[in-house]
Amino acid sequence: MNFDILFASVLNGLTTGAVYALVALGLTLIYGVLHIINFAHGAALMVALYGVYGLKTVFGIDPYLALPIMVPAMFVLGYVLQRGVINRASHGKDENILLVTLGLAIVLENLALLAFKSDTRTIDTAYTLTTVQLGPAFIALPKVIAFFGALLACAVLLTLVTRTDLGRAIRAVAKEKLGAKLMGIDVDHVYAMSFGIGLACLGAAACFLLPAYYVNPQVGSGFVLVAFTIVVLGGMGSFAGALLGGLLIGVVESLGGLFLGESLGQIGIFAIFIAVLLFRPTGLFGARA
Amino acid sequence: MRNRRSFIRQSVAAASALAFPLVGGAQPKAIKIGILHPVTGALAYSGQQCREGALMAIDDVNKTGIKSLGGTKLEVMLGDAQSTPQAGTAEIEKMNEAACAAVVGAYASAICLATTQAAARYNLPHVVDVGVADQIVERGLKNTFRFGPGYRTCAQIAMSNLHVLNTAAGKPAKTVMIIHEESLFGTGTANLLAKELPGFGYDVKEVIKHANPTRDFNNIVLRMKAVNPDIVIPANYYNEYALLVRTMQQQKVAPKAIYSVLGGAASSYKFLKEFPDAADGIIDCNHWFNPKDKRALELKKRTEAKSLYYSYEVFNTYTAVRLLADAIERAKSADRAAIADALAASTFNDHFMPYGPTRFENGQNTGAQPLMTQVIKGDIRVIVPREYREAEPIFPLRS
Repeated sequence: MNFDILFASVLNGLTTGAVYALVALGLTLIYGVLHIINFAHGAALMVALYGVYGLKTVFGIDPYLALPIMVPAMFVLGYVLQRGVINRASHGKDENILLVTLGLAIVLENLALLAFKSDTRTIDTAYTLTTVQLGPAFIALPKVIAFFGALLACAVLLTLVTRTDLGRAIRAVAKEKLGAKLMGIDVDHVYAMSFGIGLACLGAAACFLLPAYYVNPQVGSGFVLVAFTIVVLGGMGSFAGALLGGLLIGVVESLGGLFLGESLGQIGIFAIFIAVLLFRPTGLFGARA
Repeated sequence: MRNRRSFIRQSVAAASALAFPLVGGAQPKAIKIGILHPVTGALAYSGQQCREGALMAIDDVNKTGIKSLGGTKLEVMLGDAQSTPQAGTAEIEKMNEAACAAVVGAYASAICLATTQAAARYNLPHVVDVGVADQIVERGLKNTFRFGPGYRTCAQIAMSNLHVLNTAAGKPAKTVMIIHEESLFGTGTANLLAKELPGFGYDVKEVIKHANPTRDFNNIVLRMKAVNPDIVIPANYYNEYALLVRTMQQQKVAPKAIYSVLGGAASSYKFLKEFPDAADGIIDCNHWFNPKDKRALELKKRTEAKSLYYSYEVFNTYTAVRLLADAIERAKSADRAAIADALAASTFNDHFMPYGPTRFENGQNTGAQPLMTQVIKGDIRVIVPREYREAEPIFPLRS
């Protein structure tokens, strides 16, 4: 195995990892604020992918140009779902929310099955086959765009959380709900905003994914497992952890596939997952217990 | 008042229900045929192609009906195996309940293995349209008949022809890499090749398995780059085949030949049209029609008039249904056992496949053989055997 091939595989892993990171960021934001694990995250990604697919096949809108449509649309969906369904059904209990999001996932997946059947669908664009040469490696153009797009989206999200009033409110609610309420922060609104932003990340991820990926009603489940691993690896609620964790998992998966074959390739991801839980349960960047 | 009304309504309904069988009995009863394919799920494209081929055959048969039964028409019962053996088995149960006389299906080997077994419990004749795994016809099932060749035949013909081509070219190819899908068809084919190729003097450098669906072949192609084989042999279904070859093109991997054995897209007009550059020069040992038979070309025109591609799924299933209709004709009966007997004794000759007259041995048509095709100048041409040859083979592709 020479260096050129390792290099290409690592690059390939980094590009995949950046999109993983974007999916995981949404998950970790929702966890950090709402303290719930959103089981509907994968299903929401699937909905976003069908959205991008529909825009392309029905209206001929390029997946990248669909960003300004998909990101707000997913945000609105998230806001409405949280305020209209999850918040109402939870009655203030975390374990209820867990069940509600699980139920949502099942409903969404089966609605997609009803509407689109279980066919795997892809889109073809003019640049699907275009490659970029980086030293000895050839990388598909959609993957390069996905890499930088995902990094940019992460940067925007970090700025939003650290530099804006909304971001401060989100962090305040995440740290101390009652205190935030006493300071006049509308906690229900912040909850719904966080959920909306979490899903908006998926809207962006879907736009970057679809040119080089596919969609079917079960597509989300593969991502959600990886995203949970990343969130645990990076530390629950940590943004930097999610980003680094995503890139790391992407590379591990790619190298695993290269050395162990496609069927066994993902074993590395779950080995890391177990190792982190055993030796550093708070994750790389997690707050000390 | 309400009671009397409902009494009258129920009486009318009961009376008409009693009357209907009498009316129905006056007309020649149609013979119900189950057409079972994976029209949703990972194999949806191929399954739908199969279904289209079957429906065209049924149309053709129904122009005259089954003559020995006074022009009785075939009635279709469509089934969806959802790309899984379990769903295929469930559909067989339904078809048995619905009193189908026979079943044609179910494309993928793994599905056929399950559906033929399920159908055997009801002595329901099952014509396998594609399903190349040899286990399908090796379990002694009396209801199972396969018109086309199995993967052992295909692999053996492919290997001996590869050897002939390579020897004629001065033996430029020495190393081989096999990439196959993980179910029965791909694994079985790959095992056969990996076992037998060393006997022909080839070094099988690596055998790589992948899932259905796989949407990223970069790792496999990177490995291919490292191994640098002279010949790449893919055995997989359409989507993965297409993506594999496209990724090879992206990564600028160009072996001396892409030599497919039952390659899902290697001799596909769809692939040729969508990716002419990627398809150029690919050799395939696969189901193919006799290119010199006018009926095959007429069906091609009819298929294309429906905006469909004339793929092996279409003509394989088309002929499978014609084989069954011929058997019902000879059986002069819609009885399951009579149809199975007629299939077993079939000498069906009115077809355009390069098989010669039909003769079944343990459910396998002994004359069935694949043809070798190559994509040459934007068309799929038969290169081997000589009696069907349309173009001289180009081997090696890149010296």
